[in-house]
Amino acid sequence: MSKDIRIKKGLNINLVGAAEQTTSTAVLSNVYAIHLNDFHGLTPKMLIKEGAEVKAGEPLFYNKNKEEMKFVSPVSGELVEINRGARRRILNLKILADKEQAQLTHQPLNVEKASKEDIKAYLLEGGCWPFIKQRPYDIIANPDANPKAIFISGYTTAPLAAQADYVLQGKESELQAAIHALAKLTPGKVHVSVGEASNSPLAGLSGIELHKVSGPHPAGLVGTQINKIDPINKGETVWTVAPQDLIIIGEFLLTGKFNPERLVALAGSSVKTPKYYKTKIGAEISTFLYASGVNEDNFRVINGDVLTGLKSRPDGHLGFYNNTVSVIPEGDDYEFFGWNKPVFDKISATRALTFSWLQPNKKYDLTTNTNGEHRAFVVTGMYEKVFPMDIYPLQLLKACMVNDIDEMEQLGLYEVAPEDFSLTEFVCVSKQPHQKIIREGLDLLYKEIG
Amino acid sequence: MKDKRLTFKKRLHILKHHYRDKKMAPAFNALHTFLFTPDETTHSGSHVRAADDLKRTMNTVIMALLPVLVFAMFNAGYQHYAAVAAANGEPLQFSLWDTFLTWDNFYIGLIKVLPLLVVSYGVGLLVEFIFAVIKGHEVEEGYLVTGMLVPLIVPIDTPLWMLAVSVVFGVVIGKEVFGGTGMNILNPALTIRAFLFFAYPTWMSGDKVWVYEAVERAGTPDAISGETILGSLAQNSDISYSVSDMFFGFIPGSVGETSTFLILLGGLFLIFSKIASWRIMVSAVVGALVMGLIFNGVVDQGWIGEGSKFYGLMSFEFWKHLIVGGLAFGIVYMATDPVTGSQTNRGKWIYGFFIGFISVMIRVFNPAYPEGVFLAILLMNVFAPTIDHYVVRGNVNRRLKRAKNATVYPKDSESKESELQVETA
Repeated sequence: MSKDIRIKKGLNINLVGAAEQTTSTAVLSNVYAIHLNDFHGLTPKMLIKEGAEVKAGEPLFYNKNKEEMKFVSPVSGELVEINRGARRRILNLKILADKEQAQLTHQPLNVEKASKEDIKAYLLEGGCWPFIKQRPYDIIANPDANPKAIFISGYTTAPLAAQADYVLQGKESELQAAIHALAKLTPGKVHVSVGEASNSPLAGLSGIELHKVSGPHPAGLVGTQINKIDPINKGETVWTVAPQDLIIIGEFLLTGKFNPERLVALAGSSVKTPKYYKTKIGAEISTFLYASGVNEDNFRVINGDVLTGLKSRPDGHLGFYNNTVSVIPEGDDYEFFGWNKPVFDKISATRALTFSWLQPNKKYDLTTNTNGEHRAFVVTGMYEKVFPMDIYPLQLLKACMVNDIDEMEQLGLYEVAPEDFSLTEFVCVSKQPHQKIIREGLDLLYKEIG
Repeated sequence: MKDKRLTFKKRLHILKHHYRDKKMAPAFNALHTFLFTPDETTHSGSHVRAADDLKRTMNTVIMALLPVLVFAMFNAGYQHYAAVAAANGEPLQFSLWDTFLTWDNFYIGLIKVLPLLVVSYGVGLLVEFIFAVIKGHEVEEGYLVTGMLVPLIVPIDTPLWMLAVSVVFGVVIGKEVFGGTGMNILNPALTIRAFLFFAYPTWMSGDKVWVYEAVERAGTPDAISGETILGSLAQNSDISYSVSDMFFGFIPGSVGETSTFLILLGGLFLIFSKIASWRIMVSAVVGALVMGLIFNGVVDQGWIGEGSKFYGLMSFEFWKHLIVGGLAFGIVYMATDPVTGSQTNRGKWIYGFFIGFISVMIRVFNPAYPEGVFLAILLMNVFAPTIDHYVVRGNVNRRLKRAKNATVYPKDSESKESELQVETA
């Protein structure tokens, strides 16, 4: 049985260079890296020393606050580098891959017979737990919690992002195995959403509550769907898993092998032939970037989609959660009278001599220019037009800026993740860093309340 | 040509780095960003951003004001010649091309309205620059609109020194002490107007300042009338202007407030461009009509006789309140100021309604000066945060109510799965 969710508020950002739905296999990367800033708030403890050999799927480090939670190597090879930053905080680990890959294989788990504890222990030990995230706070799920529900969004609306329908093709058995396991972890439901007109393999799974979602971005963000399906209340916990990560979890349950392989969309107007590549978590981006070719010299590589990704470089590495790499031109140039002349080549949520409303389906080639300077909040009513949750975005941002914990709680900070504010950040006339403000607010709340 | 501009751009870029971290950096950046949108790029969060910035937003409002300004220049001259002709006993026949859009009229506009504009922008921006340099923040765009609004809401014969003093007061006390654009509580343009009104009441509330030279000629054989429609109504005297004169704006009044027609076009443009809130505009119009209807009803009931000093304004047909005085101008350009207005959509309905409602109320009951829009908007500016507070509380209460039925499962460490209980907090 499916329930329909229609999102009206929002804005689709149509960009040039969406990945064509063909897949190539990327050349093997020599070095794989795990970036610790993918795991927000984690304090890692190393299990092996620099120079040690690891197998694929063998633990590299664990969570200091939850020792059972292991993080495993995507490939077999030698741990060649542990880069540390201020106060010796680990920034990233680099593994030089072996020519001959050796895999650590666990005993496959019989999900039907396994208890909740068995499944948790199995995922924690095998390095699959970090794929499960929790709200509030948008961090790796606390395995001790009993979430009231688990949400999986199979509907992609973010600009240039890898289409869930495409990357999940042919993975029904892995998805089903993962869903069976997840369903045992919550006393509530597993909510899965797909696009209204999609052929997603998710729709045919059993043990789920299926929702059909339609509407502009951010309809595809899991936070929007949680707010419409079963909003988070104070004290509640929900878990979320990205659909592409279900494949890795499912395969691990079925075969006992941690297989970090995934389809990555290489997209953006700076890419000559944007398409999908089969590669592994932590692989160097240049291993597939230059196979597609770039159009210009001055471009930005983004680990993730253009609204929520992290700035990277061609010699950067694919993030733990990402299945999109966006490459767009840098906008570090001045524009003569850019503030008053009519604009035809940029997207705008207004019609103030901006004409993107004339052609809603036109694809734009946006750069990283901010199109203006940072200012105090002035305009009102604009965020609400692209923010479908039952939350006052401006007031919540202001509460976060002044560290007013009571107000943050009351206005619904528990329900949101930074990515939910990516679109308000996009349209913001004052060019305020919304996602950063929300992240800092969540961190403060976590520190004070936990 | 293209090469030349490139070098200009590069030169400014070098200068920008030269001024970086120096005291004058905000002043230089203000000029630089006026010419060129900066080369700043995003670093985290959304890597792409929409085309609009604050300058574009403000510029859109200025564009909506330009027709009003041009009209005001012609009307300044027309009102002068019309008053002179009336004083000579041979009323001027109105004709758009022959007596309104003439060089003579425009000339008077040029010598009277342009100096107001120059003083408003000159003094206001100077204060802004000084504050930006002292406090080391960027020059913000708020004054671009304020500076344009100010000359349009003052009487034509306002002495320039008075305007200059008021602008300094309005920008410093109305805005900068709160932290600049985006932080102010009261609309700066209206603070300036209010200061002018309360600091120089004998000058501002008279019936002479509305038409060029009416003040100078007062008491001489060449005396001309400078009375506005609301002034006449407050005296319970008849008005000689037709509805179309009032609607199109061929009437005396503050410089830019007269043409409801052009203000309406400006308002539609602002709504279309999604810059100003249609909610505030619509609800303010409704509020004014409701108050007007109440007064008309009072007169119809016979509670107020013709002898009452309120009779003239109370019996004025309710919808005509919208086309005389500054009501339309205030509703479209000042009530919709996002910083000082209500910030929630529901709050905007309430805020706008009371602006219209109170405007007409003050207009009728104010003994000294029959106009209330600026006072009504300033009053509602003060109440806007309160309105928002209650609107936001509504959302908070909804969330609290929902949280009463929260499904909180105990953590595994606290209870075994077998004895899992659903707690109702």
